[in-house]
Amino acid sequence: MPEGLRVGYFPGCTLKTDARDFESSALAVAGALGIEVAELGRWNCCGTVYSLDAVNLMPRLASVHNLIRAEEEGFSEIMTLCSMCYNTLKRTNNLFTSKNNGLAAINDFLCLKPGYSGRVKIYHFLEFLREKIKPEQVKDLVVRPLDSLAVAPYYGCLLLRPKEMAIDDPEKPEILTPFLSALGAKVIDFPLNNECCGAYQTAMHPEAVARRACRIISSAQSEGADMIAVSCPLCHYNLSALQGMVRSTHPGLKAMPIVYFTEIMAQAMELDYKTEVEAIPRDAEPGREAVK
Amino acid sequence: MKIILGNSHPQSLFAQKIEALSGQKLFACYQCGKCSSGCPMAESMDLLPNRVIREAQLNNGPVLMSCRAVWFCSSCFACSVRCPKGIDIARIMEAVRTLQMMDGKPITEQPSCEDTGTLPQIALVSHFRKFNV
Ligand code: SF4
Ligand code: SF4
Repeated sequence: MPEGLRVGYFPGCTLKTDARDFESSALAVAGALGIEVAELGRWNCCGTVYSLDAVNLMPRLASVHNLIRAEEEGFSEIMTLCSMCYNTLKRTNNLFTSKNNGLAAINDFLCLKPGYSGRVKIYHFLEFLREKIKPEQVKDLVVRPLDSLAVAPYYGCLLLRPKEMAIDDPEKPEILTPFLSALGAKVIDFPLNNECCGAYQTAMHPEAVARRACRIISSAQSEGADMIAVSCPLCHYNLSALQGMVRSTHPGLKAMPIVYFTEIMAQAMELDYKTEVEAIPRDAEPGREAVK
Repeated sequence: MKIILGNSHPQSLFAQKIEALSGQKLFACYQCGKCSSGCPMAESMDLLPNRVIREAQLNNGPVLMSCRAVWFCSSCFACSVRCPKGIDIARIMEAVRTLQMMDGKPITEQPSCEDTGTLPQIALVSHFRKFNV
């Protein structure tokens, strides 16, 4: 087990409510791998989406406050579990590190002295695992290999796009493959694994998002997947909660379990974590009903 | 496609506003359509993303100010990473949303409180952030 791996942790709103199983499984996996995860003492909403306005810097301030706190609390590296938090915090941080930066304007606006430096590095947990942990370390911890399971990783948008945010090849992501293989699972590559699930449109246009969910799930199913592994609470919601709506228009669609990648890891390692669903049933039946 | 040249704005004021708000060069677009072909929300849009850009180049304020498509964009950046001319189309969609809101007439509805009951915060907050000019 590696010594001295410590990282700051920015949870974000949904990890403390709807996605508690994501947080609790991720913390259990990190603990088993010898990673000390230290939650920021104070944090607020990251802003959820990065504002695309080129002029107005105000919508970035929620993220800036978090970055300042991370620096004040002595963290040089922080990680998120949610893909949206990752994207929003990191893009804001890039404002401070890119040439044509908003650093002076923001530091002036917040009357910050000496001001935020831009030196905190933002990771998504998946990227942190790839950089600091070898798949063999994961393999050594597996108690219950997932030999009978075909898992399709679904990456969505915000870990891969825009280009400067990409933790992997935006058109052919494979970052989860070595870790899922280490658990013994069969990894399913499917063409829509980097296509948008519809994101926040679920609040305004749920029918349009249900159509997205239907196509993504069917694509994974046709490649033989038993379940889809996600890394974002919004993808999780759109692909799981909208399955009922999908079935009203596509009654033939088989139920597809949607799980966080950390839940699969935690259950293969038989770690104790808080959850309401067993992500991987003992008698891993393909097509198990998992719609809440 | 039927093209109506806008004449309600002097010179190219509308196009200039979009360029300023998005930080993108509208006239770099040569209408290859790659943005639209990969857009996951295209089937729900009244104007395809490349057409939004074209109307902006043509300074067609009235068409863009009544365009619903921008409210179906999920800011997934598929178009932005694939555009051969390096245009961040997602930013142009945001600029059109912003102009509609500055005009006080966004061409979309808000979900009702009953509809939002089971949504996770991440869905609610990100959705409402799109109304934050
Ligand atoms: S991909 Fe780029 S160049 Fe092609 S139509 Fe879209 S914006 Fe224009
Ligand atoms: S960012 Fe918007 S316009 Fe571009 S591909 Fe995604 S949904 Fe379509």
